[in-house]
Amino acid sequence: MFTIGDPLIILAQQLINGLILGSIYGLIAIGYTMVYGIIGMINFAHGEIYMISSYLFAIFLALVGLFGVSSVPVALLITLVVTLVITGLYGFSVERIAYRPLRGSSRLAPLISAIGMSLVLQNFVLLSQGANTQIFPSIYEGVLRWSMGSKDNFVQITYIQAMIIGVTVVSMIALNILINHTPLGRACRATQQDRTMANLMGINTDRVISLTFVIGAAMAAVAGMLITFNFKSFDFFIGFVAGIKAFTAAVLGGIGSIPGAMLGGIILGLAESLFAGLVNTDYKDVFAFGLLVTVLVFRPTGILGQPEVEKI
Amino acid sequence: MGPIVIVEKVSIRFGGLLALNEVSFQMEERHIQAIIGPNGAGKTTLFNCLTGFYKPTEGSIVLRRDGKSYHLTQPPMGSFRGNPAGWMGGFLRNLFTSNPIHRTALLGVSRTYQNIRLFAQMTGIENLLVAQHNSVNHKLLSGIFQTPGFLRSEKKALEKAWYWLEFMGLEDTANIEAGNLAYGLQRRLELARAMATSPRLICLDEPAAGLNRQEIEDLNRVIVNLRNEHKISVLLIEHHMGVVMNISDRVVVLDHGEVISEGTPAEVQKDPRVIKAYLGEEEEDAPPQSRREA
Ligand SMILES: Nc1ncnc2c1ncn2[C@@H]1O[C@H](COP(=O)(O)OP(=O)(O)O)[C@@H](O)[C@H]1O
Ligand SMILES: [Mg+2]
Repeated sequence: MFTIGDPLIILAQQLINGLILGSIYGLIAIGYTMVYGIIGMINFAHGEIYMISSYLFAIFLALVGLFGVSSVPVALLITLVVTLVITGLYGFSVERIAYRPLRGSSRLAPLISAIGMSLVLQNFVLLSQGANTQIFPSIYEGVLRWSMGSKDNFVQITYIQAMIIGVTVVSMIALNILINHTPLGRACRATQQDRTMANLMGINTDRVISLTFVIGAAMAAVAGMLITFNFKSFDFFIGFVAGIKAFTAAVLGGIGSIPGAMLGGIILGLAESLFAGLVNTDYKDVFAFGLLVTVLVFRPTGILGQPEVEKI
Repeated sequence: MGPIVIVEKVSIRFGGLLALNEVSFQMEERHIQAIIGPNGAGKTTLFNCLTGFYKPTEGSIVLRRDGKSYHLTQPPMGSFRGNPAGWMGGFLRNLFTSNPIHRTALLGVSRTYQNIRLFAQMTGIENLLVAQHNSVNHKLLSGIFQTPGFLRSEKKALEKAWYWLEFMGLEDTANIEAGNLAYGLQRRLELARAMATSPRLICLDEPAAGLNRQEIEDLNRVIVNLRNEHKISVLLIEHHMGVVMNISDRVVVLDHGEVISEGTPAEVQKDPRVIKAYLGEEEEDAPPQSRREA
């Protein structure tokens, strides 16, 4: 019924691949969008946070093994928590050192500071870890296959890819509860709408801003760990491309909107994969950015973005 | 009962303009005290000093609470103006401290604005829940896992939010985004939100602006009720003398940044300096729309 190279099979496979890629973009994009929503700046160092989480994940997994934890799930769980916490700490520190001191200065100052922070983090990793591509061990190998017609025609998803989708869904649910159903989330939304007024309600808005960076960093860490798991190799420069793609996703979905970031990520991932699979691999980025431009022409605030409200 | 606020020789300068000039007065606990004066007299500026937005160039504002004194004049975040040393100072201060304005709320001071500032994209009830941020359990993990203790604290907050909604006759606005409410309702919701922070002292900046005669009467009843039943001190800015005369315990009159008269409403009304300040001003009962928003 199906033959090898059947467009339908490629389509199905590229849909799965796109969903996975999009989940990762979306997770990183959340950090851009939350920070923009709350202090109106683009945190250009966010991609580096994602890159650092890959290193932390690999380093701590090795350390946990060294300390004699032999059960793989236990080791992974410990590493996961430690990586989340330390990456969160990086996010916190970036805000504290590079952005908060510039609060009340011109709009341009924190942007330049962000670019500087990005370079600092990149070179810090380059110097301490070297320029080599790092290799991550293979764990949980295995695939789920659905054959179509004959034995050679199948759509497949690896365990790790399935895990990426699962973990992304769980993270999004947790984030949704946090933002929409807890006082901290209310405080975040209030701070986003009117920081001064939130302050007057007794909310320590500086702490809310810190929290935003920590949550964004934690989401980037989830993405970093999943990607490391999946591709099993990383270097000090991966934050750059991932950062640009995730930023594009955030703008596409409507910067400032959390569901928008996830949606933008998935659309971007799908668009890239489908174009690469069905048309041309070399021009997939051109297509992705072209899509962004097209959407912005018709909806300048992105797919789910609110029209700009005057910040007082 | 003793004073709740002591303002002493507060001056603030904006460039060449002396917006407040050695302003001193006290406010008794559980009083309704009005601050009146022509436009540009410095009333809103005084509120901004009280709530920590502006740091007075000189003078002090002290809040008395449970026999203790708290200064309300902390420096706000560094502002990056002036010489390099000042710039460095702002940088370092921002690095190591956080914006102190929220502490004013923790001390029990709440305020409303001359031009409404609700969280426009939140519903009425959410606005009142945000106001209770410090009295609810806002730990990250208990929120995500919706622990029983957390749910209890949310339920209490919700009850209190409903109490103030009903108090202000705003039950219908609970699930409507604040930005979509009619003007009069927004004004009432702002007052309800200020009350939901459980203040000792509430500062109302021209709460009657834009309201009709009936609404102003309702507002006056509410303010008196706050003092009598909820034991709250009310500091009230009004532009028009007539509005506040029947409910205020004391009145402070500001003109060009200076206190020109202080006393009971009857005393102030007879004061020749007050009459002079208001003469040449617009008609006392001019429609509110004609006022300048500052
Ligand atoms: N941040 C500021 N910078 C410069 N001038 C200000 C500032 N805030 C208030 N002023 C000036 O101080 C004076 C008093 O204003 P305000 O307190 O708003 O008067 P009102 O009594 O009508 O509330 C006005 O002349 C106003 O322009
Ligand atoms: Mg004013």
